[in-house]
Amino acid sequence: MNFEELLQRPLREVLQTYPYLRDFFAALAISLPNSTIGFGEFLAGQDTAKLEEFSLGQEELRKQCAEFINQMELFKVQGDQRIREITVKAGYDKNGQAEKQDLILRTGEVVCVVGPTGSGKSRLLADIECLAQADTPSGRSVLLDGQAPDQRQRLSGEQQLVAQLSQNMNFVMDLSVEEFITMHAESRLVVDIEHTVEQVYTTAVSLAGESFSRQTPVTALSGGQSRALMIADVACLSRSPIVLIDEIENAGVDRRQALQILVQEEKIVLIATHDPLLALSGDRRLVIRNGGVASIIETSEEERQGLLQLAELDHRLNRLREQVRAGERLDFDLQQFFQ
Amino acid sequence: MSKGLFRFITVAGPPSCGKTSVILRTIEPLIAQGYKVGVVKFDCLTSEDHVRYQQAGVTVKKGLAGSLCPDHFFIANIEQAVQWGKKKGFDLLISESAGLCNRCSPHIRNVMAVCVIDHLSGVHTPRKIGPMLKTADVVVLTKGDIVSQAEREVFAFRVRQVNSRAAVLPVNGLTGQGNLLLQQHFQQAPQVDSLEGRKLRFTMPAALCSYCLGETQIGEDCQIGNVKTMDFS
Ligand SMILES: Nc1ncnc2c1ncn2[C@@H]1O[C@H](COP(=O)(O)OP(=O)(O)OP(=O)(O)O)[C@@H](O)[C@H]1O
Ligand SMILES: Nc1nc2c(ncn2[C@@H]2O[C@H](COP(=O)(O)OP(=O)(O)O)[C@@H](O)[C@H]2O)c(=O)[nH]1
Ligand SMILES: [Mg+2]
Ligand SMILES: [Mg+2]
Repeated sequence: MNFEELLQRPLREVLQTYPYLRDFFAALAISLPNSTIGFGEFLAGQDTAKLEEFSLGQEELRKQCAEFINQMELFKVQGDQRIREITVKAGYDKNGQAEKQDLILRTGEVVCVVGPTGSGKSRLLADIECLAQADTPSGRSVLLDGQAPDQRQRLSGEQQLVAQLSQNMNFVMDLSVEEFITMHAESRLVVDIEHTVEQVYTTAVSLAGESFSRQTPVTALSGGQSRALMIADVACLSRSPIVLIDEIENAGVDRRQALQILVQEEKIVLIATHDPLLALSGDRRLVIRNGGVASIIETSEEERQGLLQLAELDHRLNRLREQVRAGERLDFDLQQFFQ
Repeated sequence: MSKGLFRFITVAGPPSCGKTSVILRTIEPLIAQGYKVGVVKFDCLTSEDHVRYQQAGVTVKKGLAGSLCPDHFFIANIEQAVQWGKKKGFDLLISESAGLCNRCSPHIRNVMAVCVIDHLSGVHTPRKIGPMLKTADVVVLTKGDIVSQAEREVFAFRVRQVNSRAAVLPVNGLTGQGNLLLQQHFQQAPQVDSLEGRKLRFTMPAALCSYCLGETQIGEDCQIGNVKTMDFS
């Protein structure tokens, strides 16, 4: 973008090319006229006394405006770059023993992280999150598509690799489902917002046990509905290539369908879980012991078969849960239940 | 590290946004590495933060503005605080202050400026906070553990819209998650010897003392009117 050139163009045209400039002016309480005024002329016409309140002069206003456009364009470009492969180069366990292997995570796979409490699961996830460069206690380093991240960019926090979904998370905003998704889409500078809203909404409803409308306030959604909306939103709109799931509860969301949606959207899904049903839904399990990745278990064919049986058992248990929820009596024969 | 010089950082943010928690989680690993860290806490009427710092083994000084404007109180005492830090031989001195009216900002030119805000305060907050956020070098976002991913992303985006130069780092004040990059910023903060003659990044509003009248320079000669000083002996 050449800012000097931009100054010569009509304001209306500039706003069309860079719609986010509306946010820039809104933050400075500057209203936008609906006239044929040129962009440069419009900037120069701002009341100096009003600008003073924001500690701005004419010069500074132009400078900040140019910086703003640069930043937003950069943001757009980053959003388009998709990371396909994340390498965690081997580090050391708590005794200083070298880890045996590098770890490569690719888009579209589901990886479970398992190990006893204190074994270092959170450490591994934190290493990925902060793009460790041999500067964390484990000495691991992270490569993005085979390249070490730029240190300046790393310190700027621009690149958030990990999106998180956990049971503790709630919506705190006072918005309807539709407004909520729209706001997220706007912040991603999405062009076809209506299409995106429809996509996230339909996906969320398909995941939730009970349907809800686009007008429902997000704070009024049930636990299962909230989780469904969060999963659909992360799948379709999050900037981050990795989705970290911290145990999704059983109630109200189809967990395996949720994993499918995330995988379809080319996420790398990491799950910290000890639930056999979820663990076997993954492609691999990272076994963490004493601070290091002790082994990587690929889900075997036998395990996949076992998963089908487990899913059936889970299904039956769910029916019992439904009965409890409906206030019914559970008269059943355990022998029969397991058949 | 050359004699007398040490790193100084101003940390500001709305009340209860997690300033003390973030500072503690970030300096604990530095202290473990042998850093000597001191904290000056500026507050209005009461503050129990010094107890938390003391429990963590951090030398702390508390200053209460009482009936004065807390931001004016801050600027009238900050040079003394730096001299105290120098005398104590700290490697790192941090000032924590609660920006109360969102009109002011304690950030000083060429001194690392950190602004802390929490996700619970809502996505409109970044626009409301003003100079404390706009002039910061590092913006720390706390309490991300209890809001949705969408809200975290929208929040960070809006922070960048207000301040495109700053680093924006999510840090969990309870677990310390995300503190490594903040530690690295702390370790690279510009060194100071004295703040005499330094300037605030943003002018203070009109009210009582010389700073109310637009003074931005630090130093005893510039302090006229209702000035209250702390005891650093
Ligand atoms: N490779 C390592 N080198 C040095 N320290 C490590 C390493 N891995 C983990 N640690 C440290 O061990 C402690 C426990 O690790 P962590 O919190 O990651 O365990 P966890 O598996 O997440 O436990 P929980 O299941 O209780 O959440 C932490 O202080 C962490 O920094
Ligand atoms: N859930 C959560 N709570 C936090 C976080 N950071 C701080 N808190 C809590 O927020 C409250 C205020 O924190 P404090 O550090 O005293 O804020 P200060 O007034 O800005 O110094 C405390 O109860 C903290 O435990 C965070 O990242 N997540
Ligand atoms: Mg853990
Ligand atoms: Mg505090």
